Amino acid sequence: MGPVTRFGRWIFMHVESLGRLLMVLLATSYWFVRPPYRIREIFRQMEFVGVRSFFIISLTGTFTGMVLALQTFYAFVTFNAESLVGATVALSMTRELGPVLSALMVTARAGSAMAAQLGTMRVTEQIDALQTMAVDRIEYLCVPRITAALIMVPVLTVYYNFLGILGGYFVGVNYLGIPPGPFVSSIVNITDYDDLTNGLIKSIFFGLILSFISCYKGYTAGEGAEGVGQATTQAVVLSAVLILVSDYFLTDWLF
Amino acid sequence: MIQVLDVHKQFGEQKVLDGVSLRIPRGEILVIIGGSGTGKTVLLKHLIGLLRPDKGHIFVEGVDICHLRSWELKETRKKFGMLFQGAALFDSLTVAENVAFPMREHTRLKEEEIMARVGNRLEEVGLHGIEDKYPSELSGGMRKRVGLARALALEPEIVLFDEPTTGLDPIMSDVINDLISATQKKLGITFFIISHDVKGALKIAHRVAMLYEGRIVEEGTPEEIESSPNPIVQQFLAGSSEGPIRVG
Repeated sequence: MGPVTRFGRWIFMHVESLGRLLMVLLATSYWFVRPPYRIREIFRQMEFVGVRSFFIISLTGTFTGMVLALQTFYAFVTFNAESLVGATVALSMTRELGPVLSALMVTARAGSAMAAQLGTMRVTEQIDALQTMAVDRIEYLCVPRITAALIMVPVLTVYYNFLGILGGYFVGVNYLGIPPGPFVSSIVNITDYDDLTNGLIKSIFFGLILSFISCYKGYTAGEGAEGVGQATTQAVVLSAVLILVSDYFLTDWLF
Repeated sequence: MIQVLDVHKQFGEQKVLDGVSLRIPRGEILVIIGGSGTGKTVLLKHLIGLLRPDKGHIFVEGVDICHLRSWELKETRKKFGMLFQGAALFDSLTVAENVAFPMREHTRLKEEEIMARVGNRLEEVGLHGIEDKYPSELSGGMRKRVGLARALALEPEIVLFDEPTTGLDPIMSDVINDLISATQKKLGITFFIISHDVKGALKIAHRVAMLYEGRIVEEGTPEEIESSPNPIVQQFLAGSSEGPIRVG
C-alpha cells in the first residue's frame, strides 16, 4: 500500500469516527427532550456519579485548598500580603480549580466506569439485545447517564470549592498563622457571585463533556477485553484533554 | 413469512454472504447448520435488522425491512424474540427484571400481572425461585434458559436463536432442544436456529439448510439432508476433517 493510499485511509478513518460521534451526539440530543424520561434510572445514575464520588471529592478538594494556601502564603509573605491568601484561595477554587479538578476526578471515577460498563455491554451483545427488543439504545443507556452528570458535577464542584476554601482556612489560620479576620474578610470583599456562578457554568460543560465522551467510547468499544480496556483509557484521556482545552475557551468567554 | 432474497454482505475484503436465498414459513423450526465463521450469525443478524445487506432483500410478512428506517423497524422487532449466544442478559438487572424488561418497555400491564407472567415464563423453561438472582450467579445453561424466557416474554411470532446449545454439556443441550420443540408445539411460534449441533438439529427441525462459503448448498427435511449426495453436506454431518471442506 503506497503512502498516499495509507494517508487517504487514515483520513477516511478519522472522518468516519467524527461522523459517528456527531450522529451519536445528535441522537442523544434528540432523546434528551423526548419521553420516556427514565426518572428512576436518572436517580440511580445520580447516585452513582454524585453520591459515590463524594468521598473522593471531599478528600481531594480539601487537600487542593490546603496546598493552595501553602503556596500562596509563601509567595505573598514577601510582599506582606498574607491577608490576601484567603481571597486567592477562594478565587482560584471557584473560578478554576474547583470546576476543573472536580470534573477530572469525576472523569477518573465515574467516566471510566461508564465507559467500562457500556463497553462490556457492547462486547457481550447486551446493546444488540436492546436493539432487538425495540428499545432505543442511546435513549436507554446514554441519556440517563449524561443527565445525571449534568446535575451532579456542578453539585460536586460546589462541594469541592467549599472544602477547598475550608482546607485553605485551616492551613492558613491554624498552621501558617494568618489572622482569621483578614482571611475571611478578604474572601467576602474580593470574591463575588460571578466567580461562583461562572465556575458552575464551566462545570456543567465539563459534566456534559465527560459523560458524553465516556458513554460514546464505551458504546463504540471494539472486541474483547482489549476493546473495553482501550475504550476506558481513551474515554478518560479524551475527556481530560477536552476539559482542559475547553477550560481556556470557557474562561475567556465567561470571565 | 420471512423471505430472504439473494442477500450479499461483505466486511472489508471478506465476502461473508454471497447470494443467500431462503424461505422461512410460519410455524416451522428451521435450523441452519454450517462451519464456524461461515456467516450463520451474520445471516441471523440480518433477519432482525441488526445488519443490512449490501445487495438483496429481506421480506418480513411482505415488508422489505432493508428499506425501513430505525424507528420503523421497531414495530417489526416486536414480532421477534432473540436468544443470543451468551444470552446477553443485562447484568445490572435481576433475572425477574430481565424477563420483565420487554413487558415493562412495550406494554402497560400492571406490576402484579408482569410478575405473574415472569413466573410463568420461568416455569416454562424449567426454572423456579431464581427471580432475585443476578446473571453472574447463574450457570451457562440457566442463563440461556432465562434468555429464552425473556425472548418469549412478549409472545413473539418468531424467535431467532444464535447457537442455543453451544457451550452446554450434552444433557443440557438436549434439555434446551426439547424445550424448543415443546414450545413450538405449544405456541406455534416460528423458530429460526443456527447451530453446530447437528444431532440436535436433525432431531427437532422441520427443515434444515446448510450454509457454506456464503451460500445455501442444501436445504430440506432432516431425512433429505441426511441422505444428501452432496459431499460437503456429508462431510459436515460426519464431522470428519477429510473432504472438500477445508479448514483455516
